[in-house]
Amino acid sequence: MSMIGLVDCNSFYVSCERVFQPRLIGLPVGVMSNNDGCVIALSAELKALGIGMGTPAFELQHLVRQGRIQLLSSNYELYGDMSARVLAVLEEFAPAVEPYSIDEMFVRLDGFAHERLLAHARQLHCRVRQYTGIPVCVGVAPSRTLAKLANRAAKTLPAYGGVCVLQPGSLETRTLLRKFALGDVWGVGRRLVERLALMGIKSAWDLAQADPKRIRRQFSVTLERTALELRGISCIEMNDIDEARQRIMTSRSFGKLTDDLAEIREAMRQHGQRGAEKLRQQGSLARAVLVFLKTNPFRTDLPQYSPSLAVELPRPTDDSREILHAAGIALRRIHRPGFLYQKGGVMLLDLIDASRQQLSLLDTPLSEAERQRSEKLMRVMDALNQRMGRGTLKLGTPSPGAAWHLRCAHRTQRYSTRWEELPAVRAL
Amino acid sequence: MTPANPTPAHPEPPTLALPYPLALGRAGLSGFPSPAQDYEGRTLDLNERLVKRPSATFFMSVTGDSMERLGIHEGDLLLVDRSLEPRPGHIIVAMVDGEITVKRYELRGEVPCLCSGNPRYAPIPLLDIECQVWGVVRSVIHEYPV
Repeated sequence: MSMIGLVDCNSFYVSCERVFQPRLIGLPVGVMSNNDGCVIALSAELKALGIGMGTPAFELQHLVRQGRIQLLSSNYELYGDMSARVLAVLEEFAPAVEPYSIDEMFVRLDGFAHERLLAHARQLHCRVRQYTGIPVCVGVAPSRTLAKLANRAAKTLPAYGGVCVLQPGSLETRTLLRKFALGDVWGVGRRLVERLALMGIKSAWDLAQADPKRIRRQFSVTLERTALELRGISCIEMNDIDEARQRIMTSRSFGKLTDDLAEIREAMRQHGQRGAEKLRQQGSLARAVLVFLKTNPFRTDLPQYSPSLAVELPRPTDDSREILHAAGIALRRIHRPGFLYQKGGVMLLDLIDASRQQLSLLDTPLSEAERQRSEKLMRVMDALNQRMGRGTLKLGTPSPGAAWHLRCAHRTQRYSTRWEELPAVRAL
Repeated sequence: MTPANPTPAHPEPPTLALPYPLALGRAGLSGFPSPAQDYEGRTLDLNERLVKRPSATFFMSVTGDSMERLGIHEGDLLLVDRSLEPRPGHIIVAMVDGEITVKRYELRGEVPCLCSGNPRYAPIPLLDIECQVWGVVRSVIHEYPV
């Protein structure tokens, strides 16, 4: 039976920091956005204090001064490298791994008997933790939507100990489907929840039991697929879902193995531009860009290199130019000649609603004139590309211009990507 | 009789070839250790020799002198592999009271201890403190001023 696992890193940004600063373990820790504007990642202890995602950092300064919480500037270089390590460990233990976001990866786990599958999932769980120091939860099921739900169960129900394997039709699967609300299901947004409730569909179980044809008629093919997936029928591919608007990823194989930088740069430019378009369509802004390359792991006769690098944007943005600029910087830093690359991609991270522009007061301010100009340019570009075909109007990869000055007073060292910033180990 | 001007072994040091691409270093990592024997005839790559499991290998720099007797000096570079199970006799990196520390893992009688190479620092029995192994030190790189 074909099974899919979702590996999700727990409080990923904070966990990365804790690997190198063990004193932060068990303390309420938050990571702040560009320019230390607001909190974008929280440890469980910080959430327990009632502090939410997006809280402006200045509102928390009194807690910082009292030493009750720790706030750190974001260190995307570290997070990107740790993400690549997690991916590499998974690749050692599973035949195919697809990054889904900086802290989530899908793995294929085909052909295991049930007991062996559970043991294997446990092994993934503990190997990633041991090798990288990053705690993860593993959810395994016959479809991506169920794997996501299994992961949620692994994360929120202590009895699972971080690993949950759901077989289709099992009592366990049914119990969990009844337990989870519709809003917990991958790809079911708030508005859909309200409309479904009118039809008496309230839990994940109800949706799984609903007549898929009727769901398709009254809603969409997408929701029909979700319903089928909840029954354990796999019909959603990874790129079909842009979940909860948290991240956007565009990636593809190069078609052939290539070491041609020009070719790779052009592919990345397309990914970046496509990602930025999606960002504008859904009305979001990104805070950081992650670029990754992969050689073909099955070609064990060739040298392997699967780098990735995350670069922080100077401010939350949906401007293709800024996104391509950041992607260009990242690509230049990770690309090395002498390797045949199979695949590459661009991820836009830590998205926020564009309508929450009051954030720009906290983040790097953009003058009103600049903003209008950027908006107008992007609108014209999108309209042209829509009317005359994608790629009609392209942007070159801008070369680095003015230096970016980001406030990052509380950034930890880039422990694993800079020689000058290695962690110190005490011999005392 | 000693010659006034000893002949240097390498009158003009040859320009060094760059090592083969630092495949496994820095920002990037590969999942599979590359089977080195498949690329005969290319320049030796120190990464290949020292970094056995890139995803689990971290570099650290040493502060302090307590490990000098064991060959670890202030400023040395440690290659720490988190994939190894620590055994007595290993030099390990451990978290002691929230700090990352390098010690030698030893059995004193039946008691597992963290020991340093300096008698000024008493062995720490592992039973009574908050202590977790961070990783095992695979090698030490000591660079001389040249």
